[in-house]
Formats: sequence, C-alpha cells, structure tokens
Amino acid sequence: MMRIPLARLVNTQTIALVGVLLLNWILFPGFFKIEWQDGRLFGSLIDVLNRGAPVAILAIGMTAVIATKGVDLSVGAVMAMAGAVAATLVVGGYPGWVAVAGALTVGLLCGLWNGALVALLDIQPIIATLVLMVAGRGIAQLITEGSIVTFSDPTLVFIGTGSFLGLPMPVVIALALMILVTLAVRKTAIGLFIEAVGVNRSAATLAGIRSRLLLIAVYAVSGLCAAIAGIIVAGDIRGADANNAGLWLELDAILAAVIGGTSLLGGRFSIVMSVVGALIIQAMNTGILVSGYPPEFNLVVKAGMITLILMIQSPFAGRLLTWFGRNRRKGA
Amino acid sequence: MQDTVNREQDAADRATGYRMEARQVSKIFGTHKALDGVDFGLLPGEVHALLGENGAGKSTLIKILTGAYQPDGGAIFVDGEEVHLTSPLQAQTYGIGTVYQEVNLLPNRSVAENLFLGHQPTRFGLVDRRRMDREARVLLKRYGLDIDPSSELGAHSVAVQQIVAIARAVQLSGKVLILDEPTASLDRDEVQRLFEVIASLKRDGLAIVFITHFLDQVFALADRVTILRNGRLVDTRRLTELSRTDLVRKMLGKDIAFSGSTSLEAERPPTELLLDFKGYGRKRSVRPFSLAIHKGEVIGVAGLLGSGRTEMARMMFGIDPADEGSVTLSGKPITVKSATEAIGHGFGFCPEDRKADGILGDLSVRENIVIALQGKLGWFRALNRDEQLDLAGQFGEAMDIRAASLDMPVKLLSGGNQQKVILARWLATDPAFLILDEPTRGIDVGAHAEIVRTINRLRDDGMALVVISSEIDEVVAYSSRVVVMRDREMVAELKGEDINPAVIVQAIATHGENSEFEAEVTA
Repeated sequence: MMRIPLARLVNTQTIALVGVLLLNWILFPGFFKIEWQDGRLFGSLIDVLNRGAPVAILAIGMTAVIATKGVDLSVGAVMAMAGAVAATLVVGGYPGWVAVAGALTVGLLCGLWNGALVALLDIQPIIATLVLMVAGRGIAQLITEGSIVTFSDPTLVFIGTGSFLGLPMPVVIALALMILVTLAVRKTAIGLFIEAVGVNRSAATLAGIRSRLLLIAVYAVSGLCAAIAGIIVAGDIRGADANNAGLWLELDAILAAVIGGTSLLGGRFSIVMSVVGALIIQAMNTGILVSGYPPEFNLVVKAGMITLILMIQSPFAGRLLTWFGRNRRKGA
Repeated sequence: MQDTVNREQDAADRATGYRMEARQVSKIFGTHKALDGVDFGLLPGEVHALLGENGAGKSTLIKILTGAYQPDGGAIFVDGEEVHLTSPLQAQTYGIGTVYQEVNLLPNRSVAENLFLGHQPTRFGLVDRRRMDREARVLLKRYGLDIDPSSELGAHSVAVQQIVAIARAVQLSGKVLILDEPTASLDRDEVQRLFEVIASLKRDGLAIVFITHFLDQVFALADRVTILRNGRLVDTRRLTELSRTDLVRKMLGKDIAFSGSTSLEAERPPTELLLDFKGYGRKRSVRPFSLAIHKGEVIGVAGLLGSGRTEMARMMFGIDPADEGSVTLSGKPITVKSATEAIGHGFGFCPEDRKADGILGDLSVRENIVIALQGKLGWFRALNRDEQLDLAGQFGEAMDIRAASLDMPVKLLSGGNQQKVILARWLATDPAFLILDEPTRGIDVGAHAEIVRTINRLRDDGMALVVISSEIDEVVAYSSRVVVMRDREMVAELKGEDINPAVIVQAIATHGENSEFEAEVTA
C-alpha cells in the first residue's frame, strides 16, 4: 500500500493546493518566507497550517463519517461545548488536564449520542446530527451562562498557542491525529469496513461486519475530533465563546472531505487528502487576507475555487479527459 | 463460418432492408474488448433474440444501439441511413425505445402520467388531466390492459408496469423496441401476457430485440437469434434452422449437461449430523419447524414467493433471529442472533437480492471476496494487500470469475460473475454450512451451470447446504432432501423417490389455491 507514496501524492488535491499556494505567492511575494523567532517558525505558510488545523482536525473525523454515507453537522456546536466545558472547569479551579479530559469526554458523549441515533434508531444522519447542531450551541451557552468565559490556564493556552519542535501546537496535534487515524484505519480492517458499510450497509452487515458498532465508533471519533478542535480554538483566544466558536465550521469540514475526494454517497475515503482539502480552504482564506483584498471577497473567491476543484473531480471531466486522450492517440 | 445457404439468406434479409443495423461495431473498455467487430441486423416485424454467456457483449451491444455508449469502431444504420447515437433520448428520435428488466418509471405517479410524462396533453398551459386519462385508456386497451389510468403505477403488478413501460417506449419511438430481460421478474401467466403484447407489436411491423436467459422463451417468441460469445459474433440464424442443443453449444462453445428428472443424490447414506433445528421459528415470520442437516447434504427448499423460504434462510443466518426453538451444532447448543454470530459458527449466506444485499458495488472484486473472511477475523487482524490478492486470486479462479482485474469495481461485472464473487466470498471463510437463496436467478446459462457444478462439488467435499430455488428441475438435480414451504410453514420433507418435480409441485400446490405457481421451469 505504501509502495508508491510519491506517485499517489500527485493528484487533483495536491495540485490544487500547490496552485492556490502559488497564487498566494504571486499576490503576496513574501508568502513563502519562513523565519525562526523565539524558538518557533513564523510565516504565512505556517499561518495557513496553524489556522487550518481546527478544520483539518474536524475533517479527519468528518471523512470517516461521510465514508459511511453519513454526515456530522454537529461538529461546530460540539467545538463550542467542548470549549465551554474546558473554560468553565479551569475557571472553577480545576487543573488544565482535567479541563482537557472533561472537554474530550463531552465530545465523546456527543459522538456516541449521534452514533446511537444513526446506528440504533436508524435516523438519517443529516437529521440525527442536526439535533445536536442546534441543541449543542444552546447547551454551550447555558454552560458559559451567556458570556465569554476567559481564562489563562497555561495548559489550555499552550494547546492553543504553544509550539513543539518549532511548529505551532495546533499543527502538531492535527498532524499527529492525521497520522494516528490513518494508521488506525489503514493498518487495521476498519478502513475497509467503513468503505463497505458506506457502499452497502445491508450487504456489509450480511458479510459479518458489525455495522452498528462501526457507525457508533465513527461518530464517536468525529465527536472527539470536534472536542480537540474546540479546545484548540478556546486556548487560542484564551476564552470560550459559545456563540461563535466553531460557527459554520462543520460546512468547511464537509467541504474539505469532499475536496479530498470522499463522496457524500459513501465509500472510498482518504484522511490525508481531506486534510489537504482543509489546507486548500485555509490557503484561500489566508491568501485573500494577506494580499490586502477586503475579506468580503473571501466567500466569492472561495466559492469559485471550490466550484473549479469539484468540476475537475466530476465524472464529466473524467470523460473529457478520456476523450482528449483518445483523440490524441488517433492524431498520432 | 457461415455456409452458402446462410449467406444467401443473409443477402435476402439485407434486400428486404434492415430497420436497424450495426456494422462491425467494436467497444473497448481499457484494454478489454467488450465488442469486437460485431454485425447485427434487425428486420421490421421480427422478434430478434440476443443471446450470450456472461460477458458475451449483449448489454454493451444494447447500450450502443440505444445510444448509451458510443462505439469505438463500426457504424449504426437506421433504415439504411448512418446515424450517430449520442444518448438514449436522441436515439428515441430515431424511433429506438428500450424497456429494462427493472421498470424505470415513477411508481408513485399515475399510469397515465407515466405514459405521457414529458409530453402531457395541455390545455391553457396546464396538464389536461382528463384528456390525458382518456388517451391513456385508449392506449392501454390496445395492449389489452383494462386498468384505471389515474391509479398509481406502483399499485399494479410488475407485469402491468412492464407493459406500461413498453407502451410508453412504443408511443415515443415506434420503430425499434429493445426488451432487456423483460420476463426476469414475472410469473408464468404474466410472461404469457407479455408475449401476447410483443406478438401484436410484431404484427404491427415493429422491430423487436429480445434479451432473456430462458431458452424456452426464445423458442416460443423469437424469429431469429444472434449469439455472441466473448464480444464476438458467433452466428445469426433463423430459429427454425436451429436445435436447442445447437443453440446452447453455440452460446457456450461447449455442451452443458441438462439434468435428468430424478435425483441422483437421494440414495446417499446419511453422514454425520451437523445442524439440528428443533421447533425453530419466529413470530409473524416463520412457523416453528424442525430440520436436521448432515454434512455433505444439500437441502433443497421449494416454495412460492412469499411462502417463507427467504424468511427461513434469514432466520437460520441470524439476520431476523428466531424467537423460539433451539439449534445445535455438532451436538452443542448454539445461538444465532446476528450474521456475525452465524459466520462465527461457520455459516455463510448468499442473499436473493444480489444488488441490495450482496455486492459492495464500488469496492473491488478483491475486497468483495475477502470481506466476509476479514469480518470473521475482526477489526484488528487485517489481511494485507498481498494476502487479499492471494485469496481473491485463489477463490476467483476456483469460481471461474471473469474479471479484467481483481482491482476493478465489482459493479462492472455481469450478474453471473457478481454471483460467483459472492460465492467466492463465502468459500474464502471455509464455511461448514452455506445457505444459498436463489443462487441462479437472473444469470446466464454458463454461469448457471457453473454454480450448479459448484453446489455439487461443495456437497461432495462434505459441506452442508440449504439451497432455495424456484427452478424445480434444478432443486431435483442437486438435492439430497427437499423441504417445501407454504404459507410460512414447512409443509413437507421429501426424500428418495419423492424428489421429483411432480411430487414437489403437488406439495407446493396443495391448499395453495390462491397463490400462483411462479416457478419458471426450464429445460
């Protein structure tokens, strides 16, 4: 599977990422400049990685969920809840690690809830996770009692803004998570089972796959990923903002997974490509900011780029390519 | 290899003018030649059967004739004029209509709406429902259907829906009608009804292409037959010039043995007891039954659709677990509450609906073959790629699966090959007990023979099998015992001399007055 890793990395997603980065470089010549300061790396590229980390982390969990023909709309709200729980705990005097554990537990419980609705009650994933998408943000607001809970706990602040081996902690965490989850699905049979359930749940179940357990596990992982992203975002701003933390990020996460080549109809998936998808989205955001265009452009340009990427991936483009290929062969 | 007589006949046909003709058409998928220089001529007012084994190229040719595929070589002519068909919709404008095995209409809309969808009669810009219903009624009469045009299509039988689909296709196109396995899901009376419709369309001068797996239907309905094998044209003949054996030989390039009418297996002495179901049943599904299954035994299950035969299989495999009774495996009591548990006991199950419950369409042939074994091994003991290829190669070969590559998506294989993949999937788990629900339905003659051979081989190797089939001859040929299901109850267990079609039909039919005999008796 790992025999030709380089060839496997040359595909639509990586070409698009390189394209967007080059475009950023044209708009802002200093884009690739990276400096070493105070024991860590600085630069626009590092900034893309750092800012993109929360969505990348969400996309890791989201990809597995989408591969089972599901979707998890609640991840943004779960981020807000996890941040609120962590902030409230440290403000209440608990040590940082307890806050982290508490937030992760909340994420896990949310994921289990979603998984139970989807796997045991057979509720459509989009509706099942909509429940928590709406309720979760409300719960987060109840936890923070409507205000932004600020803190200065060193553990949480380190997770949000610290660095390790020169890289920002969010990047380190996202990278570690990406490698961990990829190994967990590809070095075991879990990846194959996820794809089998996504392609045809009934057939997968009849072939002896415990599809219910698998679905619950997948949503639980998504919930955990959302909690980790929530802790990072809270640590970054040193506070829990129940109204805005993770707002609309579920959509970026879904987009990242789709750009990464996972079909919303389930089946084939790649965690790494979804992370690349998240970076494409962030590179566009950052590019527009650093090049001095008003942020209003952001949404339009983003929509345009995404349309382009999806068009390149569409079956129509595939047919067009074969057609060109054939004509060239005829001409020769 | 056409002789002179045939060539003269061919010239005569050409002189009368083909309604539609494909000359030297080829189609290549990757490196695989699905069609290789095939000629196909269709006369007005004929029913032309298209026959061939798995992967012979039937569906590729049909897709080219209907514009769904574009040929890589050759040309298509309609009434002598060359045409370039780019889509089924555009083919319709040349008068070419198609009806598929699965009815492609809207079951939740009315019959009339389905007939006229896309070109409804309008009045002041709105759909003139009354006129539409009136015209639909007239149209349906012509097809011998006296049904309410405003009724929901889905409320009617598959046969009626099939005829509505034909009426729509003829209405829209009117020159050429392509019927792709229209009888696959019909019972005998319904087939008869469909045949009457086809015969009358033929009298009206329509050119009809007819694809089926049932040789009886070919001889009953078709005027000429074109046989394809491995993407090449074998022969086009009038059916009057061709015997049944010739036809099968041309299709397969070899002879297959048709079974006799009594079982060869009935006299075999009983072997070691494997499974013993006692009072095994499920409320509102299958009434309690008792059945002992020995190693090296095939239990044939006969019964009509809805008789509880599929429910029995699903219960044995733990999908819909039993809520009463008990079962022992080699003397030890076991429970079977889920498919996973059943597989753990060494069970395997090939479901009736291959597409919905069997294949993982987007996944590769390799993954489809290893999935059950991997499921048995669990989440953490993953088979690596080499082991998977090894297994898939080994069991793919044992089942004679014809796939260009083990890494191609299984959905691209023909039905027969897909069924072999599912059998290979279970054989890879080395099961002691295999349940096959209609393993030969909707697949071609060659794959059919292959699967029957496999059943015999597995039985001789000491496996215990339960095989559900509506083909009585088939059940008779390989069963050691036959159980008959009726009204969700096991009503008979036939042994020895009793395993013959007459007794089985008798057992199915007794008290079954309101159910139809749906088995298709071939051979």
